[in-house]
Amino acid sequence: MTAQTAERDLSAVIGLEVHVQLETDTKIFCGCSTDAADDEVPNSRVCPTCLGLPGALPVLNEGAVEAGVKVGKAIDAEIPEETSFHRKNYYYPDLPKNFQITQYDAPICADGELAFRVDGEERTVNIRRAHLEEDPGSLQHAGGSIDTADYTLVDYNRAGTPLMEIVTEPDFRGADEVRAFLAKLEEVLEYLGVFDASRDGSLRVDANLSIVDSKTLDGDDISAALEDANRTEVKNISSHRGAQQALAYEETRQKNAVRRGREVEQETRHWDESRGITVSMRSKEEEKDYRYFREADLPPLRVSGWKEEIAIPELPDARRERFRGEYDLSAESASKLTSTKQVADFYETVAAEFDSDLAATWVADNLLGELNYRDMQVTDVEGRLDEFTRLIDLVDGEAITTKNAEEVVLRRMLDDGLAPDAVVEAEGLGKTDDNAVLAAVREAIEENPDAVDDYESGEEGALNFLVGQVMQATSGSADPGTVNERLRAELDE
Amino acid sequence: MSSDTDAFITREEIDPTDEGPLSGRTVAVKDNISTAGVPTTCGSAMLADYVPPYDATVVERLKDAGARIVGKTNMDEFGMGTTTETSAFGPTDNPAAPGRVPGGSSGGSAAAVAAGEADLALGSDTGGSVRCPAAFCGVVGIKPTYGLVSRYGLVAYANSLEQIGPIAPTVQGAAELLEVIAGPDERDATTREHGAETAYASAADGDVDGLTIGVPTELVEGADEAVVEQFEAALEDFRVQGAETVEVSLPSVETAVQAYYVIAMGEASSNLARFDGVRYGPTAAATDDAEAGNWNDAFAAVREGFGEEVKRRILLGTYALSAGYHDKYYDKAQDARAWVRRDFAEAFETADVIASPTMPVPPFELGESLDDPLQMYLADANTVPVNLANLPAISVPAGETAEGPVGLQLVGEAFDERTIIRAASAVE
Repeated sequence: MTAQTAERDLSAVIGLEVHVQLETDTKIFCGCSTDAADDEVPNSRVCPTCLGLPGALPVLNEGAVEAGVKVGKAIDAEIPEETSFHRKNYYYPDLPKNFQITQYDAPICADGELAFRVDGEERTVNIRRAHLEEDPGSLQHAGGSIDTADYTLVDYNRAGTPLMEIVTEPDFRGADEVRAFLAKLEEVLEYLGVFDASRDGSLRVDANLSIVDSKTLDGDDISAALEDANRTEVKNISSHRGAQQALAYEETRQKNAVRRGREVEQETRHWDESRGITVSMRSKEEEKDYRYFREADLPPLRVSGWKEEIAIPELPDARRERFRGEYDLSAESASKLTSTKQVADFYETVAAEFDSDLAATWVADNLLGELNYRDMQVTDVEGRLDEFTRLIDLVDGEAITTKNAEEVVLRRMLDDGLAPDAVVEAEGLGKTDDNAVLAAVREAIEENPDAVDDYESGEEGALNFLVGQVMQATSGSADPGTVNERLRAELDE
Repeated sequence: MSSDTDAFITREEIDPTDEGPLSGRTVAVKDNISTAGVPTTCGSAMLADYVPPYDATVVERLKDAGARIVGKTNMDEFGMGTTTETSAFGPTDNPAAPGRVPGGSSGGSAAAVAAGEADLALGSDTGGSVRCPAAFCGVVGIKPTYGLVSRYGLVAYANSLEQIGPIAPTVQGAAELLEVIAGPDERDATTREHGAETAYASAADGDVDGLTIGVPTELVEGADEAVVEQFEAALEDFRVQGAETVEVSLPSVETAVQAYYVIAMGEASSNLARFDGVRYGPTAAATDDAEAGNWNDAFAAVREGFGEEVKRRILLGTYALSAGYHDKYYDKAQDARAWVRRDFAEAFETADVIASPTMPVPPFELGESLDDPLQMYLADANTVPVNLANLPAISVPAGETAEGPVGLQLVGEAFDERTIIRAASAVE
């Protein structure tokens, strides 16, 4: 068998454990705030419970459970009659109690799925379960990495932040699918208002990857093939891009090993983002025994009926379809305009007041384009959406030209933080009145007899030249459409 | 430690914050109940220097009720013992039977009350730790229904089993203290509303006319003859006052001690995991392993600082929860627990309260039982079923043997503390 054939016959099988921080006001088992200020003092957002002081007890924040139910509805999962918590016992210095309160046999979500598009095709991945748990604290290794530090400091501010661990079935067949899935998952979670992607450390991914003979993937049940193949667990992935790179690397590494007849070692590997490789974790991983047992301090919570009682907003796929129909948008525009909930909400505000096409051009092309160019998000200008509405109003009422609105007003709004009217005033962009346009048109005709001759002999290009002359004379403040009309009227007289 | 009996680990007064039903009374608090600014050692070298920054809910309630706290009492390390001898701070003598143990694990609290060093005391009862020392020291102790008293601030040993409970010279005194500490607490999700019947002190009226007292043969058969003699005398006392005694059966209690120790040790192995040298106990930096940067070895070195009994229970509990043994031990113990609960429910169909000797034996001599943990565990046979079933129970003095006091245990239905208080007040 040649190497090439072997390569073609091998396939990656990937499953994910995605940890996301849920957006709640307070931590999952105490009243401490989850709002991490950039410059906060370590161990300032803590109490006896999240510090794990002897005698302190957890009390469940039902807001975190509600967020979990919202996710469950979005991924079409089963919500149990009753949900409960277990202890996962392991020793680690960032873990205040040396056990983590998590869910075991009654997770808040089971048997869901999520559809996403990759390479123009729709894929659906099954979600085995999604459960709630508490985030540990964080370690700061002073003077080096975990291996070389002189000492390590523990900050418990993060401890107790609600996490949701979303566990997929091993349904992925490549790194691109993983990336597309993660992007879709984030989009849905942000739509639900339970997740903030911009928050540091809000997404953490562990991925299991095995290489199997492609033929074994034909049937429905791939468990036998997976049992035979050794898998690696790749940790320390914190972005979509990181997931794609790490898994592409890992797939190649394992395929090379199999192709050379070497056994893939069953191990945990660490994604080193700066070097772009996965490295074997220093200590050999033994089969972990977390000694799960019921957390008696938290009585089971009845959540039957919560699925019906808790409303979730329209999700991106549904909204995209509605936009296409309701606003008569192209697939591309509808897609852009529903990329985040904030963008879609803003578009609907604008479309309610103005023509839906005009609104689409302004929001999808102009605003998002300029924001993107500046590496900004719509959330960065959330407080100024009134000003953008005003800008569209100025264009729609023909107070300024589209060209000036795009090229001058919008840019200065973003670069200098000015309001649209202030830019119009400062730049003198008020649209030239009709008399001035007419004067400029007549002047252009007088001064360019050759172009007039060409026009009369049927050369349309000559008209464009004359429009350009008028625009120059009015410093761009005339509306090109109006100029065009006036020129034709004068020339055809 | 000070005083003749060595009842206290820390003698430090904590002033009341208000006037109330306990104004003018002194209370000794077991040293596993958190007191802001006052050391809370749990009888362990691991927490010798630990000073909690917060008050347990029961401590807040004591202060608000006008009580003056006079100190933190000695106890078996983390509550693991029946004699108070596993304390890292030395044993406590029994004021009612000098040279013998005061019982445990709340031995310091019972001894302080018996010696008159405090008017009242708080203990905690995981498998008998309030009732056993109350019986051995000749005072009254109540283990409340699970969920009646907030555990917020009680350093956990086995959190599905334990409750804080009052110790007092009289049933009336214990009931008054219970009235102050009982009631829901938003910081303990396992506390429950228990209806209107919270007037415990007024229940101590001695009226047992028409009461049916169930006597489970299983809890009397194995007891010392001298203990049984006192117990029978107490039953006769009930009958004289108009109560009826009937035989009931609790076959499940044969498995209760085993089930109790599996569950308690399993939970303990997790509850005590946080004492790893990062924040509690001797610093890990002193060991060579920590120098080498291996956290697990450093943790293990620090945890050598636990006493023998604590280490034994952590190891056994870890084992019982481990893969391959979880089903065989922990899950089976949970089944047994459910069985015990059903047995009591059945017994309460014919009886209002269930009576037995609190301890099947009189107090041990100091040092006598340390070498034989199994003997010590079996002494809990009458008290642990109550914790497994989450029920309330009271131990009230019922005469003496040549070796020391005997306690009568009365068990009631969940949240029916009033009935056991009433019954106990008839025979004290």
